[in-house]
Amino acid sequence: MKKIQILGTGCPKCKTLFANAEAAVKAAGIEAEVVKIDQIAEIMKFGVMITPALAVDGVVKSAGKVLSADDIKKFLV
Amino acid sequence: MSAKGLDCDKKEVGMSEQNVCACGAAPKLVFACSGAADVGAVADQAARKMTRDGTGKMFCLAGIGGRVSGIMATTAAASKVLAIDGCPLNCVKLTLEQAGFSGFEHLQLADLGMEKGKTPLSPEAVEQAAAAGAAKLAC
Repeated sequence: MKKIQILGTGCPKCKTLFANAEAAVKAAGIEAEVVKIDQIAEIMKFGVMITPALAVDGVVKSAGKVLSADDIKKFLV
Repeated sequence: MSAKGLDCDKKEVGMSEQNVCACGAAPKLVFACSGAADVGAVADQAARKMTRDGTGKMFCLAGIGGRVSGIMATTAAASKVLAIDGCPLNCVKLTLEQAGFSGFEHLQLADLGMEKGKTPLSPEAVEQAAAAGAAKLAC
């Protein structure tokens, strides 16, 4: 099962990215877990300095962008 | 790496005083060669001084070489990127280019008259390099 990690401290952009990730999982029809990582110390372990960021199975796919569900889906299929 | 860089304008995003977020401000990143020669030390210390002065944020060139995903994605999202090379081998410039980055600013310390092997690390040299770097990152 894939693990999608949303890196961000909880602002509206991070929440939108989280919702888009959940929508992408549903649209892709795959089993995936979407989790929030909101502690700065944990975010920085990814080498990320700009949020919101999105990682799939620990690999950062984007930083500083609110990706659409369609964009996120491309990382899942 | 300081968490200070993750702060953003609380008014802009309507955050509480306790909350921080990194959404508002894409940083200006600085990569130094930090090489073994004297000019590598000057490049390294200039990047650190720029971070202290707030004119840029030093970031890890090794992460670019290693294609560390978070460092690559952050660099791609930076508002500006400065490469500081100590000598004409231009290792930082080449590393960034080979990783697919282009359009970044480049500071070559030889252009400031700093010759490899003849430029001992000194506050004056660091100040000169940091000032030149800051000028390249100024809007």
